[in-house]
Amino acid sequence: MNLQSLYKRLLPYSFSAPALVLMFLFLIGPIIAVLFLSFTDWQLGESSFKLVGLQNYRTLFEDDLFLRSIGNTALYILMTVPTTLLLGLGFAMLILKSGRLRSFYQTVYFIPFMGTAVAMLIVWDFVLNPSLGVWALVAQWIGIEPINLLRNEMTALPVLAFISIWQNIGFAVVLFMAGLSGIPQEMYEAGELDGADDALSRFSLVTWPLVSHVTFFVLILLTVHSFQVFESVAVLTRGGPNDSTEVLTYTMYKEGFDFFRTNIASAITVIFLLGIGTFALVKAAWLEKKVHYQ
Amino acid sequence: MKIFSGIFRHLLLLTGSVFMLIPFVVMLSTSLKSQADIFSGTFSLLPGEWGATANYLQVFTKLPILDFMLNGVIVTTSIFLIQVIVALPCAYALAKFHFKGRKLLFNCVLWCLLIPPQAVAIPVFMELYSFGMLNSYAALIVPWTISVLGIFLMRQFFMAIPDDIIDAARMDGMGEVSILIRIMVPMALPALTAFGILSFIAHWNDFFWPLICLQDVKYFTPPLGIAYFKTDDSGISYGPLMAAACIITIPLLITFLAARKKFMQGVSIQAGVK
Repeated sequence: MNLQSLYKRLLPYSFSAPALVLMFLFLIGPIIAVLFLSFTDWQLGESSFKLVGLQNYRTLFEDDLFLRSIGNTALYILMTVPTTLLLGLGFAMLILKSGRLRSFYQTVYFIPFMGTAVAMLIVWDFVLNPSLGVWALVAQWIGIEPINLLRNEMTALPVLAFISIWQNIGFAVVLFMAGLSGIPQEMYEAGELDGADDALSRFSLVTWPLVSHVTFFVLILLTVHSFQVFESVAVLTRGGPNDSTEVLTYTMYKEGFDFFRTNIASAITVIFLLGIGTFALVKAAWLEKKVHYQ
Repeated sequence: MKIFSGIFRHLLLLTGSVFMLIPFVVMLSTSLKSQADIFSGTFSLLPGEWGATANYLQVFTKLPILDFMLNGVIVTTSIFLIQVIVALPCAYALAKFHFKGRKLLFNCVLWCLLIPPQAVAIPVFMELYSFGMLNSYAALIVPWTISVLGIFLMRQFFMAIPDDIIDAARMDGMGEVSILIRIMVPMALPALTAFGILSFIAHWNDFFWPLICLQDVKYFTPPLGIAYFKTDDSGISYGPLMAAACIITIPLLITFLAARKKFMQGVSIQAGVK
């Protein structure tokens, strides 16, 4: 074998080597490490550890705060995902037929997604201020006592969900508009011949079936996104009041980087991964299907 | 009937628009008001008593906000540049070469797409700690230099480029590296722009990782910087706080408005519906 062909054969390996090394250092390696650490009693700063089997997981599932955290995360997903999805689809359909103002509306709805997220959270904190903000004005206007929404156990999590919906509608709108504009006009004409002549049956017979693949994908994307909720909790409520906004990523952050209970934080990470993995798997399968199309 | 539904449509859309824009309007208007005006107990859009100069002056004197912005720019551009240098050759190899292990490598990429950034935080923190790299620009940049999404997107794009073009270049005696740089990259520029936008949005906004790996204010990126300003013990003065929010948000919004088509394409490309 001459030098030339050896070089040719090694080329793809040297092209992929940096990516592969970094993948092991920062993605694959860490995942294996987290899995391993979750079966040990190791805490940051200690020099030795021993294997403890499922002890960390048992501790977690006997911990009320952790169970609360799982419940809150699920509740948050249920509050954000369907609403964002439906409002996104609704506004996308309205915007698509809005004539000359189409790109204006699309831009306006997308703006919340583009504002620096933490800065916008701080603005919301002021907007919701019960004595100084817009909320005080609105409450006065409809004649109710402006309570402190972020300091109230009943309202804190729904308010965080509300802010997330505000932030992500535009994202859903953009995705849906891409999907909707792919529906040819003839489909609606054909539908009309089959008796789909009012708005409702046009939607249920033509639009909905034809965007269902987009809907499904947006659903997965939003769920994966909501699963990772962290910023709003860390900036606005710190898990409170009374643990009512304690969510998985925040519990993991506190255990790992406040209390330095690396073993417990690792076990939370594994549980978090199992939860999000189900949805992420579907997302990857989708992407792979796209690959085969091309 | 048609006119009515038209009016109704715009009425709904305008209501939605107001809802979308309210926080931005409040941010801007509050940043222009004096402390007394903000605390007057009635909220108004236009300042009753102006305090713009004082608010913005206070931000620039009390908070190294320009340094935060600069840090944000340094970190996001470094991340993107290294991501591209790492991802492009790998994507090219995956798309256009047949070699043993290609399928395995591609499966690795697909599996890594599943990993949410929070899940690797603990071990990556430990790695950086043992290299003595915590609390530095490197800590903000190095863990994100590998983007499997970038590899995936660029591979997709490269697959669509016909082999004939590459073969012709090889006949002309071009080396693989120059084929990659001089033929593949220029053709993939739209995909690269889209990926750049995704990468920029993700890392400019990131709060979780900087919060974990930084202590020193001088490395703070804008999200961490403004959160730090909010929790500053001196009591919340909303005027300067909103001014700070304006300073870090408005340049970004202007960039977005100038290139909004590109941004929206960039965001939807990851969904594969574009």
